[in-house]
Amino acid sequence: MNGTPQYAPVVAHPYALTGTEYDPGRAAGSVAGGDASYGRVVVPGEVDVSHGAILYLEGVTVSFDGFRALNDLNLSVDDGELRCIIGPNGAGKTTMMDVITGKTRPDAGTVYFGQTIDLTRLNEVAIAHAGIGRKFQKPTVFENLTVFENLELALKADKRARASLLAKLDGEQRDRIDAVLATIKLADAAHGPAGRLSHGQKQWLEIGMLLAQEPRVLLLDEPVAGMTDQETAETAELFLSLKGKHTLIVVEHDMDFINTIAGTVTVLHEGHVLAEGDMATVQNDPRVVEVYLGR
Amino acid sequence: MTERRLFSPFGWTLFVIIVALGLAMPLLHVFAPEGHPLHVSAYTLTLVGKILCYAAVALAMDLVWGYAGILSLGHGLFFALGGYAFGMYLMRQIGRDGQYQSDLPDFMVFLDWKDYPWYWAGTDHFLWALVLVIAVPGIVAFVFGWFAFRSRIKGVYFSIITQALTFAAMLLFFRNDTGFGGNNGFTDFKRILGFPVAAPETRAVLFALTVAYVAGILVFCRWLMQSKFGRVLAAIRDAESRTMFVGYDPLPYKLGVWTLSAVLCGIAGALYVPQVGIINPSEMSPANSIEIAIWTAIGGRGTLIGPLLGAGIVNGAKSWFTVSFPDLWLYVLGAMFVIATLFLPRGVMGLLGRKA
Ligand SMILES: Nc1ncnc2c1ncn2[C@@H]1O[C@H](COP(=O)(O)OP(=O)(O)OP(=O)(O)O)[C@@H](O)[C@H]1O
Ligand SMILES: [Mg+2]
Repeated sequence: MNGTPQYAPVVAHPYALTGTEYDPGRAAGSVAGGDASYGRVVVPGEVDVSHGAILYLEGVTVSFDGFRALNDLNLSVDDGELRCIIGPNGAGKTTMMDVITGKTRPDAGTVYFGQTIDLTRLNEVAIAHAGIGRKFQKPTVFENLTVFENLELALKADKRARASLLAKLDGEQRDRIDAVLATIKLADAAHGPAGRLSHGQKQWLEIGMLLAQEPRVLLLDEPVAGMTDQETAETAELFLSLKGKHTLIVVEHDMDFINTIAGTVTVLHEGHVLAEGDMATVQNDPRVVEVYLGR
Repeated sequence: MTERRLFSPFGWTLFVIIVALGLAMPLLHVFAPEGHPLHVSAYTLTLVGKILCYAAVALAMDLVWGYAGILSLGHGLFFALGGYAFGMYLMRQIGRDGQYQSDLPDFMVFLDWKDYPWYWAGTDHFLWALVLVIAVPGIVAFVFGWFAFRSRIKGVYFSIITQALTFAAMLLFFRNDTGFGGNNGFTDFKRILGFPVAAPETRAVLFALTVAYVAGILVFCRWLMQSKFGRVLAAIRDAESRTMFVGYDPLPYKLGVWTLSAVLCGIAGALYVPQVGIINPSEMSPANSIEIAIWTAIGGRGTLIGPLLGAGIVNGAKSWFTVSFPDLWLYVLGAMFVIATLFLPRGVMGLLGRKA
């Protein structure tokens, strides 16, 4: 890739975080469509954050028919950080998440998870197993399954087809689901279909699915859109409580919400980082005011 | 969350009664003499046996369409492949009793072939024929599915390719030198495991096996769709990319249920051929496969029981109409499909007001 020695091309065991036995041969076979070159395999499940950064994007460019949705994007997020990303519509925020989670392949640039895991070589499933979870901009839950079943499927577990045939929830997993249900305040709706939830409740269910999945990094695309003020405040509280244990990257347009939770804010504009810093710095940056906050 | 039940007590009672009635039919065919009020004629037994085989196909269709959201318009191919595989064995059982009194089937003598082609090897063994019944549709489905699902071919594109697949296979099987009897296919069977194929006892056993098969796969599929595997399939159907970001690779799930579905069709085809007495390439016609989807839609997708009913209702109506008003049948079928699509999103099952 960019030839920097500390970013050796290696692949993490895709089921590293599932608690199942480690078997590189099978792991390689089970990454569908993975065109990765299986070089040196690092200790499974270990995300090397010895240099502080857990996510590191450098020179990332994504073009759609010549239009650059991301243009030489550089971003570094520290382990345990709560990073807010803001920017006008079409700035490339969602596209950036697509690149990190393997949905979109960048035309150029590098994307690293810790020091060693090159995310551009992994597919969506492998990236999820490596420890990156994602909430979509449009809330996406499994509408025909119950709230409980949504969380059950999200739960950190062996997710291979054969294991699913005989999978049974044990007491500990049930407790875990109940705890998440309490956190997202959906215990009463647990056994109804997820499709019947309100917009805000779907947002919370999706956040709950992320919690059940127990990823290292949570990517949250407009998590409070469609929520009441009360719900928004509770979500802010939740995110602040997760900070430190997890790394959170939050994309939002709701500036009050950003104000409540933000440490570092990154402003994206036309696929590029326009400004970065704490809320006050960013808010007073004339370029930011011009393209985004001023209007 | 309470224990998941396969069926409610009421459901189990109904299940046992229906299976018992199903098993009573062949007994009455053999033991109640003609003229007896409870006599079941060979015609009735064959007709119901045939419909039961179709019901199994509709059930298999429901696994992929109802649960995994994959609409196949080529399931007739898998049914026919199972039928042909078992038909090869039945052809070998004819022995020298054919027109030409040769060791070879008549159509090979007619083609002036001196020996069986290599792929007929071992087909005189019953067990090998059973292996083929499972392996041929299974392997075809697996290979096709692997390429299609890996390339993430979905929706209507997938459906069209399956139509093309069964159409291509039909053209291949129509050719005489493919070695499967051309457009006549296989027929005039004489024996199965040495027993005369048209004897009441043989018919009765084949029918009872079919009842057991349909009942068995209903329970098995019910179990499978209530397992976590089934819930992951539903998740893939509702939001495939979400499922991937949660950490499930859709490929083995889709491929697994797709291949299973094809094998279930193949076995149904193998049960069909000795009862109906013929298999020919028209089973692979695109229209046939579309009809399978119609049975499933009319019965109610994603309910397993619904498609069984759908196959029964449509084929029952078909056998009546094609005798009484043959010209009307296609219109009636079309009307049933339109009504089910517009007014009964859950098919007959929705009408019965029962949840899956
Ligand atoms: N698959 C695609 N094909 C073509 N253009 C795309 C595609 N995805 C995104 N784009 C374009 O790329 C640009 C960036 O889109 P993106 O969704 O990343 O913006 P965003 O910052 O998330 O905006 P918003 O705040 O509205 O969600 C937009 O102009 C969008 O139209
Ligand atoms: Mg967006």
